[in-house]
Amino acid sequence: AAVLLKDTKLMDVKLGQLGAWLAMRDFTPSGILGAMQRGYTRYYNKYINVRKGGLGGISMVLAGYIVLSYVWSYSHVKHDRRRKYH
Amino acid sequence: MLSRLVLRAAPAALRALPPPVAVGVLHTTRPLHTTQQSLAPVPPLPEKGGEVRHGLIPEEFFQFLYPKTGVTGPYMLGTGLLLYLLSKEIYVINHETAAAACILTVIIYGIKKFGPDVAAFADKLNEEKMASALAMKNESIQTLQTAIEEEKKEQWRAEGRSYLFDAKRNNIAMLLEANYRERLLMVYNEVKKRLDYQVAMQTLKRQKEQDHMIQWVEKNVVQSITPQQQKESIAKCILDLKALSKSAHAAV
Repeated sequence: AAVLLKDTKLMDVKLGQLGAWLAMRDFTPSGILGAMQRGYTRYYNKYINVRKGGLGGISMVLAGYIVLSYVWSYSHVKHDRRRKYH
Repeated sequence: MLSRLVLRAAPAALRALPPPVAVGVLHTTRPLHTTQQSLAPVPPLPEKGGEVRHGLIPEEFFQFLYPKTGVTGPYMLGTGLLLYLLSKEIYVINHETAAAACILTVIIYGIKKFGPDVAAFADKLNEEKMASALAMKNESIQTLQTAIEEEKKEQWRAEGRSYLFDAKRNNIAMLLEANYRERLLMVYNEVKKRLDYQVAMQTLKRQKEQDHMIQWVEKNVVQSITPQQQKESIAKCILDLKALSKSAHAAV
C-alpha cells in the first residue's frame, strides 16, 4: 500500500522529496519539544538505559559538545590561523 | 512513555483526516479496558547498548557505508575529512590543540587501564541491587506460600470441631454424673445419721430403764435382808467352809 509522504521515515525519503517532506514537519513549539523528547528518549534507551552500558554512551555526548563549542568559538579561533588565504 | 506520546498525538492527527475516515478510525485509537495493561510486566532491560566503534562513532554508520565502500570506507572518509579541515584551517592548530592532545592522552590511558575494573565494580553494585530485590520477591512469595499452608491446616483443624465438641459434651456429662452421685451419697449419709441417732436414743433409753430397774431390785433385796438372816447365813457359810476344808485336807 502506498504510504503518505507525511508518514515516511527520514531514511526512506528520496532526495527529490526532501524539501516537501521537511516542509510538512511539525514546527509548532509542542512539535519541536516532542521531537527533542523523542530524540532524547531514543538515544537514552539505546545507549544508557541498558544493563552493561559502555563508554560510548557518554563519550558521544561529550564529543558532540566539544564539536558544538568549537563551532561557537570559531569566530574567535579564526585569528590564530597561520595563513590568511587557503 | 512513547506509547503515551503516540496516544496523545493520535487524536490531533486523526482530526486532519477527512471526516468519514476519522469517524471510522476513531473508535480504535483508545483501547478502553479491552486490551491488557501494557505497563506491566515491564520488559527487561537490554543486555548491551548500541555498538560504538572507537568510543565515538556508532556501528550503524559503518554498516551504512559497507555496501558501497567496503570495510575501509568510513576510515578513508574520516582521513579525508581530517585533511580537508586541517588544510583549509577550519580546524586551527593552536595552544588549545596541544592542551587537548595532552588531556586526551591521559584520559585514554586512564580508561584503558582502569576501565574493566570500574565496569566490574559497577556490575557488582547492580548485581547486589538485583539480588536484594529478587530476594525480597522470593521471600514474600515464600511467606505467602507458608501462609497458604497454614490456612489449609487451619481449615483442616476446623473440620475436627465435631470431635472436640463431643469430647466436651462427654466431659460435662461426667461432671454432672459425678456431682449427682456425690449429692446422693451426702443425702444417704445424712439420713443414716438421723436414723442412727434415733436408734441410739432408743437403746440408751432401754439400757437406762434396765439399769435403773436392776438397781431398784437390788436395793430392795438388800433392804429386805434383816440382820438376823445375815447372822444365820454367815454361820452357815462358816460351817460349809469347814466341811470343805476338811475334804480338801483329805484330798491333799
